[in-house]
This record gives sequence, C-alpha cells and structure tokens, in this order.
Amino acid sequence: MSTATTARDQSSPVRGTGDAGVRSWKNPIILSVVALFALLVFALGAPGNDVTFRLSEDNDPIVLPSIVVSGPVIGWIAALAMLALAVLAILRTRSGQKTPTWVLAVFAVLFLVAFLTWVVGSARTPNVALYGLLAGSVTLAVPLIFGSLSGVLCERSGVVNIAIEGQLLFGAFAAAVAASLSGSAFVGLLAAAVAGVLVSLVLAVFSIRYVVNQVIVGVVLNVLVSGLTGFLFSAVLSEDSERWNSPPRLPVIEIPLLADIPVIGPILFQQTIVGYLMYVAVAVVYVALYHSRWGLRTRAVGEHPKAADTLGVNVNRMRFVNVLLAGVVAGIGGSFFTLVAVSGFGRDMTAGQGYIALAALIFGRWNPIGAFFAALLFGFATNLSNVLSLLGTPVPDQFLRMLPYVVTVFAVAGLVGRSRAPGASGIPYIKG
Amino acid sequence: MTPQEERPVAPATGEGAPHSRREAKDAARQDEVRLENAVETAGGELPPPAVPATAAGLGAGPGPDSTLMQRIMTGNALVAFLSVVLSLILGGLLIAVTDQNVARASSYFFSRPQDTLAAAWTAASSAYLALFQGSVLNFQGESFTRVIYPLTQTLTVATPLICAGLGVALAFRAGLFNIGAQGQILIGATFAGWVGFTLHLPVGIHLLLVILAGMVGGAVWAGLVGLLKARTGAHEVILTIMFNYIATNLVLYFLSTPAFQRPGSTNPISPQLDATALYPPLLGPAFRLHWGFVVAVLATVFVWWLLNRSTVGFELRAVGANPSAARTAGVNVSRGYILAMAIAGALAGLAGVAQVSGTEKVLTSGVAASFGFDAITVALLGRSSPWGTFAAGILFGAFRAGGVAMQASTGTSIDIVLVVQSLIVLFIAAPPLVRALFRLPAPGASRAGKGGSTTRTPASTGAAA
Repeated sequence: MSTATTARDQSSPVRGTGDAGVRSWKNPIILSVVALFALLVFALGAPGNDVTFRLSEDNDPIVLPSIVVSGPVIGWIAALAMLALAVLAILRTRSGQKTPTWVLAVFAVLFLVAFLTWVVGSARTPNVALYGLLAGSVTLAVPLIFGSLSGVLCERSGVVNIAIEGQLLFGAFAAAVAASLSGSAFVGLLAAAVAGVLVSLVLAVFSIRYVVNQVIVGVVLNVLVSGLTGFLFSAVLSEDSERWNSPPRLPVIEIPLLADIPVIGPILFQQTIVGYLMYVAVAVVYVALYHSRWGLRTRAVGEHPKAADTLGVNVNRMRFVNVLLAGVVAGIGGSFFTLVAVSGFGRDMTAGQGYIALAALIFGRWNPIGAFFAALLFGFATNLSNVLSLLGTPVPDQFLRMLPYVVTVFAVAGLVGRSRAPGASGIPYIKG
Repeated sequence: MTPQEERPVAPATGEGAPHSRREAKDAARQDEVRLENAVETAGGELPPPAVPATAAGLGAGPGPDSTLMQRIMTGNALVAFLSVVLSLILGGLLIAVTDQNVARASSYFFSRPQDTLAAAWTAASSAYLALFQGSVLNFQGESFTRVIYPLTQTLTVATPLICAGLGVALAFRAGLFNIGAQGQILIGATFAGWVGFTLHLPVGIHLLLVILAGMVGGAVWAGLVGLLKARTGAHEVILTIMFNYIATNLVLYFLSTPAFQRPGSTNPISPQLDATALYPPLLGPAFRLHWGFVVAVLATVFVWWLLNRSTVGFELRAVGANPSAARTAGVNVSRGYILAMAIAGALAGLAGVAQVSGTEKVLTSGVAASFGFDAITVALLGRSSPWGTFAAGILFGAFRAGGVAMQASTGTSIDIVLVVQSLIVLFIAAPPLVRALFRLPAPGASRAGKGGSTTRTPASTGAAA
C-alpha cells in the first residue's frame, strides 16, 4: 500500500473533466480493424453470384421490382469505402479532432449492406425478402421497445430497473390467464399492465422505501417471477390449459390503403393494438420526458435529487410513481408474448428479452428514441439470424444466434463511446 | 459530482509533504488504517457499488463498536432466520392454494372449513416433508447409507453453488455485479472437459490439469468482461449477461465439431472424461459426493484469506466501497476490476470443473444447469462473505436436491424452490420489513442518532462546499 500511494491511476484526472483534449485512438483502431476484416471477407471472399432482395410479394397490391446486386461489386465498393472512412478517422484523430458521428453512421450502414450481401450471397438460395426481414425485425422488437421504455422511465428518475425481464414475464403470464378466463384479449392486455405494476410495486417498495440495492431487487424479482409463473404454470395452467391457458389473440388492425404501401406499409399500418401502442408509447414518453413539467421533474430527480428536493419536488414520490408507470409499459410489452406472438404462456417464455431491453436502453443512451432504434437493431439482428438459418448459410447456426448478443457487446463497449447514465441512477435518496 | 465523491475518506497524501521516509511510512500506514476503517464501516458485508456510506449504513449493519451479542440479537442472524421462516410460510401458502384437494374442499368451505384447512396443511406439509427427506435425512431408508444419502446429495449439489457463489460474492465486494457466472461455468467446464477427454495423462497430473484448465477458462471469460469494463466503462451487468448467451452458443458450437463430439455420433455430447480426470468419490462409490466438495471448502478458505488478509483483497474491497476514494489512495481501479473478474471467473470455472469432472462426467450444453444464476442468490444470501456464501450454498443445495425429490414424490413443481429462494433474499435484504412484520424492535435505537450524525456530516460538508 505504501508504495501504491505514489502510483496514481493515470486516467483519474481525465474522468472529472471529460475527454476533451485527449486523443482517443479507440474509434480509428476499431474502424480500421473492421474495414480490414470487410476487405478480407466481404470483398476478397465475396460470392461470385448475384444477390436478390425482394421488396414485395407477387400478389401485393403494389409490386416493386426486386433489387438484384452483384456480390463482388457491392463487397469491393463497401470495403473500399469503409477503408477510406477509417483513414479519414485516423487523419482526424492525428490532427487532434474527434471522429464525426456521420462517419460512424455511414460506416455502420456500409458494413450492414456488405454483410447482408455477403451472407445472403453465400447462402444456398441467394434470395431474401427484404420486406419480411424488416417487418419481422419490428415485430421482434416490440417487447424490447416496451421493456426499454420501462427502463427509461425508471432510470431517468434514478431507479435502476433490472426487473424488466420480470415485468415482461409476469405481464405475459397475466395476459394469458386473464384473456383465457374472460375470453377477451383486451382484458388480457389490461391484466398485463396490472401485472407489470405489481412487479414494479415490489421494486419500488424495496428499493425506495427500504433502500435495498436496486440491482439486487431487480435480479431477485426476475428469479421470483420466473419461479412463480413456472410454478403456477405447472400447478394450474398445464392442469387445465383449455380453461387457463388458451387466450384469444389480439386481432391485426389493418389501416386501409396505407397498409398497402410496400415495405413500410406492413411495418407501420398493419399491426395489432400492441404494435400501435408501441409507437404511441415511444412518442408520448419522448415528448413527456423532454417537453413537460413532469419530464423536467423526472430528469431532475434522476440527475440531482438533492437539487430537485430543494426546489420542492418530492423525490421519492416522483420515483415511486415513475416506477409504477414503467410497470404499466413493460406489462403491456409482456402481453405481446401471449396475445400476439403465440397464443398461450410457456415457462420462461421471455427468454432474456428483458435483459436485451436493458442493453437497448443503455445503447440508446437513456433516450426513448435512442432506445427505440437500439431495440430495432436487436430485433433486426435476431430476425436476421432466424432468416439466415433458414436460407442455409455457411456461417454456423450458433454464431448466427450469437449475433444479437455480440452486437450488444460491441454497442455497449465499442462505438457508442462512454455513455453516461443519469447522475443519480441506482442511488437511493435519503432526505436529510 | 456527488458529495460522496468529494468526501475525504482517505486524506490526500499530497498536503504537508513528509520530511523523511519514516514519516512517509507512518503517514501511509495511517492512511491505510483510515481506509480500512472506511471500507469496514461502509455497510455490513455487502457494500453496494456506488452507494454512499450514508445509504448503505441504513441496513442492519451494526456499528463496529457493538458487542458480539448485540450483533447476533439485533443483527443479521435473527433476521436471516425469520426471513427463511417467512419465505417457507409464503411458499407453503402457494402450494396449498394451488393444490387440487384444497380446491375441491374449498368448494364447500362454509359448511366444513376444517376440510379446506386440513387439505391445505396436508399439501404444504407433505411437500416440505418430501423436501426435507430429499435433502437432509431420509427416515424411510432401510440402511444407514440410504438414510444419509440425501445429505450427501445436498453437498454434491452445493459444491458448484458454493464455488460460483464465491465468484459472484468476490466480484460484489469489488463493486462489480457479476451476473455472468453461468457463462463462466460453461466456459470453465468446456476447457476442463476438453482436457479431460482429449489428453490422456497419468493419475493426479490429469485431474490437476483439468482443474487448472477450468479455472483458466472461467478466468479468461470473466477477465474479458473486467477488461472491457476497465477500458471502455461498459456496464458489467450488460456485459456479463451478453457473455452468458455467447458462451451458451459457443459451447453448442464446440459440441457440433468433431473435436468435442463422441466418435461416430452427431449429438451435442462429448465423450466421457477419462477416469484419471475425474474427482474421486469422497465417501466411497455408494455416494455421488466427490472431492470437488473439498475443493469448494478450500476455495472458501482461500477467498476468506484473500479478502480479509491480503493486500490484493484489501484493494478490491476499497475499490468496491468507493472507487474514487480508492483511486485517490493509489489503488489501480482498472487493475482491480480486471483482477476481481478474473478471480471470480476462476472460481466459477471451479464450479464448472465440479460439474464436468465430478457430477456429470461428460460435457453437454446443459452442464451448468442454472447454477450460475442460483449463484447470484447464494452470494446475496451469504451477504457476500465467504463463509456466508458457503452456508447459503449448502442451504440452496438442500433446496435444489430436496426439490427434485419433492417433485418426484408429491408432484409439487420444483419452481416453488425458486420462489422460496428469491423471497428469502428479498426479505434478508430488507431487515426493516421483516422487523415490522414480526414486530421486533429496531436495532440500536440509541445508536441511531449518533450513527446518523456521523454519516451525515461529511455529506453536508460536501454540499456546503
């Protein structure tokens, strides 16, 4: 120890002042490595054949021609463009400037296009329905988006919500049971919201009232909900699944004409009520958070509770209410599993989606819109791995299934940079 | 910047430059004592990361000046016991409510309420009796071996729980929330298993190498998370969760390659490990209990020594209690994160070894069961102390071993064990709730004012500055 006192951590002075003025070689290095990888795999290892991306079915009202591209051409163009961007990033960093965000964005898009072309081109059938890929991504992202919105509401007011998984699962369970008993999917939807609030209530009571570490409460709640629903599933639901576990599905509401628009029609205008609610929820949370008195107070409570308290905001009541609201949102998201995706509850059917939602929240920098797009990315990665394993690619199935998680690791650790959580997130507030 | 960060836990060594080596040494020693005190008082056994001492001190943690008797009576032991009782009662209610016989009897509840109550009692008590007989002593066993067999079964199941729980606990103490024990067990088991069935070595060396490989596997997998956290600031909760999924898929991939598959088979199952690579049975061939349990005991001793008696452990605890203060005191926080995760991973790797070379004897994708996730609750229940984790591991091992027997004999789903376990942890984490439910007096009511004032002063100082 006596010697260690002299060896100061080099990074400590940087932390307080931010990264301004310090050259970070992280971005250029990552970009260069990825660009070289792209050159090796997507350009040099490009499949020789053409790749077809279908935009519509033959019997759709409006038929768009398919996009047919040549594998090597796209591979080479994308790889060289990525190399150029990497060089640009290196030059910028050498002259002491930051890598612009648009460089990262363009780079990511190029990588995606090159990867898609390469992986579809190498498949047994180099032909993929792009519209299906996108629509499926949105569908898979629906619970993720609800989950990460729940996280936004909690964390913005200073409560870490690891229990998203539990909220989703309990919402799914309650939706299945209530919809089966009542015969109405809408009653199920309502029950899902109530179930989400119940989980939230435990989270709020333990983390705000009893000041238990929020991460611990979250993790334990997930185990509790998993055990509880699993137990009830085998003790009650599977005993008489006709009565308890055969919920009607939510109907798909098609908006006339608009739903016929190719590619985006099915995504935006051919959804169940849960799907439409998802878009509404993102917009409402965004507007409320940044353009309302409630939102300002929420953010104040999450960033600097003491200051908010001084100005007369009841910090803990604000947090309590927000955590309960988050339960409503996540519960509705949970109903997606049993009322939209499949009809009926299954043991642990959320399968870790709540954790992915948490990652989407962080990747989206605690912003509803950011979380929305991050969740879409994860939905896309998941759907891509599903579609590709059907197409028969040379990439082993297990690696495709790893894709969403690897993307998450890169997202959290890599290109997004040091994202900053709300200042007081995870810290209980004790007045005094 | 929060006031806590400004709080002078360890006074800056810069002011008043020491005149001689001796003075410098003394000053450093004083710093160390102060920091040690700061770490010790920062709230019970489990210093939550980034939670100021003011908040952490709100738990049951009795002050350092309380006597042993006070600690027992007002401290965690009573609350822990009551939490277990309360959770078992709630679990029993759940069993009773969902029981078929109870439902039948409750249809005429108002004419014969005792029938419902009797049915409820029978349902809950028979389930718990089966749980007990499956985990501690089986009174119906015809021989001594059969009678104590459940107990050894409990210890067998407890072995990976203890090892992985220690890993989670150690990371907690360094302020890291390690959800990734599952993945670390899997990778550890994969490394250990590969050495076990691919290399053919003499007795002794082989097992040692298997153990070493398992620890290296876990350490690398977890150390990677520590490295990412230290270098990029990514949150370890997300990273470890993602690494769990990646590990699962990675192991599935390995098991689809010829290097890992049984010759002439395409099933995702490895060949059996060599006999030289297996833990020998501890109590003879009649029991499944193996020497891995002894390794788990040794690991507990090691973690106790590491945390309480070594410089590295002290630094890890300092990082966990307050990273800023630790950095000020000259602790390399990044190194602490990486080291803590690597050791935690090595311990989880030991759990993988216990599975692949003790209990299962082959490598499958299900070799880790759900031990990695149970390990989190084990560490929480053990309040992140080595021997607490050991005890919690045995308790949860009993639940798990008994749960299997219960499901077989009374048909009660083993999921009830998850419910009871998580309730226990929830209640233990909130002593005021348990005290209120049992109408116990709050601990150290006379000390409250004193404790409050000492912890509040620095915060208000920081706010005024």
